[in-house]
Amino acid sequence: MNTKPLPLPEPAAAPAIDVRGVTYRVACAPGQTQISPFRNLVCNVSLAVFPGETLVLLGRSGSGKTTLLRLINRMLVPSSGEVLVESRATTVWDPIRLRRHIGYVIQEAGLFPHFTVAENVGLVPALEKWHPDRIAARVRELLQLVGLDPDEFSTRRPRQLSGGQRQRVGVARALAADPPILLMDEPFGALDPVTRGELQREFSALARRLGKTIVFVTHDIREALLLASRIVLLEAGCVVASAAPEEFPRLIHPEVQAFTACLGDEPEASS
Amino acid sequence: MSPWSFFLGHRTEILSATLDHLTLVIIAMAIAILIGVPLGMFIIHRPTLRTIALGAASIFQTIPSLALFGFLIPIPFIGGIGKRTAIAALVLYALLPILRNTVVGLSGIDPAILEAAEAMGMTPGQILFRVRFPLALAVILAGIRTATVITIGVATIAAAIGAGGLGTFIFRGVALVSDSLILAGAVPAAMLAIFADFLLSLLERRLRVV
Repeated sequence: MNTKPLPLPEPAAAPAIDVRGVTYRVACAPGQTQISPFRNLVCNVSLAVFPGETLVLLGRSGSGKTTLLRLINRMLVPSSGEVLVESRATTVWDPIRLRRHIGYVIQEAGLFPHFTVAENVGLVPALEKWHPDRIAARVRELLQLVGLDPDEFSTRRPRQLSGGQRQRVGVARALAADPPILLMDEPFGALDPVTRGELQREFSALARRLGKTIVFVTHDIREALLLASRIVLLEAGCVVASAAPEEFPRLIHPEVQAFTACLGDEPEASS
Repeated sequence: MSPWSFFLGHRTEILSATLDHLTLVIIAMAIAILIGVPLGMFIIHRPTLRTIALGAASIFQTIPSLALFGFLIPIPFIGGIGKRTAIAALVLYALLPILRNTVVGLSGIDPAILEAAEAMGMTPGQILFRVRFPLALAVILAGIRTATVITIGVATIAAAIGAGGLGTFIFRGVALVSDSLILAGAVPAAMLAIFADFLLSLLERRLRVV
């Protein structure tokens, strides 16, 4: 493990997510001249995410961040090693139960276009067979939480929303059944810089208030520095650095420096 | 006799043939939908079966319709002279557009939506019926529309094996070299096709949610 001892929020607590020596490999396309018939997308990664922590996985495109995220809610299963969620291996969890226990937000939100905003937000509670009144109350509460007026937005369809509004709905949907863990895959990546900044600030306040365990994937170092309680940098499927945001820019690893170099450039070019 | 006065003179006969024709088409389409749509759902995640089913449906489509009716006559249960054989043949014809559009519609969903559905903890059944199917409905309906128009046309040939319908006038007209008779079958058939196409296109537009 290449992480040094970390400032943990609650050192005694068991990790909410514990990634232990995980490798995920895929078969290479035939015909490619390769030494090995496999390619490691994630290579012997170990990391622990503690309750209430916002861990940001930072890395370039193709560095394995999204793959690592998908290994946590068992959208993928490790080729070797194991991922423990609340001290149970994901392979032992019932995948449906596990996923309803973990909120998930992706870029472009992935809202269902044939559902209203209220139906999108109330999806997991509905799957969990909550009483309709309870779902309706929860949807109102969540829309208010993410800064959308329930009376105005409940009956709209996703196509009648702006990108920022869609992303707010995406966050509300992920929080619907009050999951203790939240996985976020570049949720603000497709937004214009102004909206992105707004959502990042609001989300950072929200995350602190709700006390969720969050794993957040991004390629934007500013976003990482703003949101993270800890930053883990991935390069070619491996963890190359792990540090609190205050210390991160001072690390001397070349990939860290490549990222911190971006901080000098004024307004970050759109992703 | 002009086609128009012929048409007026035989309007009850033409009307009842039109109704026969429509019955044939509706029964055949109902069966084809009941086979094609569930089959399409069943094969989307099974590549081998998908190739086989679509291949078989394409082959039926390439058999000339008159020959297909002929082939079916000696087959027990579905064969013989009359409506039953005609319906079986029409179902085989209608299957390809329905099956193909069902497969295309169900597999053409935005991957981000499917990813979200899976990550929310929807079961494969819930993803199929609550996400894929509603979003594919407009495409499936487009296939049903194509199939309906084809079936209305092919059903005229069913008269050759004694299934009745508007084809009766056409075959009689060809035998007697009477334009009026041919038109008495062809015009209502064409109108039926245009009308069905229009009606289904309205429905399709209403179902297009995105």
